[in-house]
Amino acid sequence: MSQIAVEKKVLNENQIIAQRLRESFAENGVLCLNIISSPGSGKTTLLERTLERFPNNTRVALLTGDLQTENDAQRLAKAGFPVKQITTGGTCHLDAKMIEKHIADWDLATLDLLIIENVGNLVCPSSYDLGEAAKIVILSVTEGEDKPLKYPSIFFKSSLMVLSKIDLLPYVPFDPEKAKENARKVHPGMEIVEVSCVTGEGMPTWMEWLERQKTQALTAAV
Amino acid sequence: MHELSIAMSVFEAVEKEAARRPDSRFLSVGLRIGELTAIDKDSLEFGWEAITRDTRLQDLKLAIETIARQQKCGTCEEIFRAVDFETQCPKCGNLATTTISGDELDIAYIEVDET
Repeated sequence: MSQIAVEKKVLNENQIIAQRLRESFAENGVLCLNIISSPGSGKTTLLERTLERFPNNTRVALLTGDLQTENDAQRLAKAGFPVKQITTGGTCHLDAKMIEKHIADWDLATLDLLIIENVGNLVCPSSYDLGEAAKIVILSVTEGEDKPLKYPSIFFKSSLMVLSKIDLLPYVPFDPEKAKENARKVHPGMEIVEVSCVTGEGMPTWMEWLERQKTQALTAAV
Repeated sequence: MHELSIAMSVFEAVEKEAARRPDSRFLSVGLRIGELTAIDKDSLEFGWEAITRDTRLQDLKLAIETIARQQKCGTCEEIFRAVDFETQCPKCGNLATTTISGDELDIAYIEVDET
């Protein structure tokens, strides 16, 4: 009996494609962001409000993942920027191969920003690298403050937490300070922005964060 | 339920190795899974059984080693186990510590009978 040392990532195949994507995003100065949250915490709405604020000449494209339907792509397409729906047909996450396939006919040189809206799920998407520069996790105030502790993986891996639906704070027993404390237990020093897509509160801070990441991506590409 | 996809990826990796060693009997595959990965061991084993059934690998056992989350303090260099997400340095009280393990999702080894 003997042991063969393998020392390989389980998701090695995904990792290889993700790395290829990351390199081509870097070469083309494209900032790729992977947005992850539970179903219904406001990924699509945040993106709708974000796209509305972009100038018309913004070089942005979006991929949106769901198990079924083209609904999200239709919602996002209204802003006039290129959007593609990825329907996974049951798979609970996007993987790097799906991204590579769906951006194949886009010219990355014409983009500065690629936003991927992952399938609504806090667990599975955290294991799959899509070649993004950063993961963003959204937590809405209608969920529990302890979500970061229950689903640590995604909070650990995300660069930014967006605390959404803050206009509802007067009506729900949600302690935002507790939620932030929990997120930072899992991910010390994590950046957090608080937004309401209804009142627009916090949107400027979110837009500034995006701009800062875009600038960094461009600087890195030069 | 991404444990099924994870099991599938393990299966593909082991099959590649099996193709290279047609005369060996594969006994177990050692996985190292960090506690931060949110992978459920029971679900993974369930997925593994489903995938390997009626294949050459059906008797292959998963040997799963759970890796604890360890933090390193940037100030005093203390290395400590983060229990219940407590990431503050127990020695000097520094809040900004770095995770050095607990995020693994690796195939460590395959055990084979080469007789």
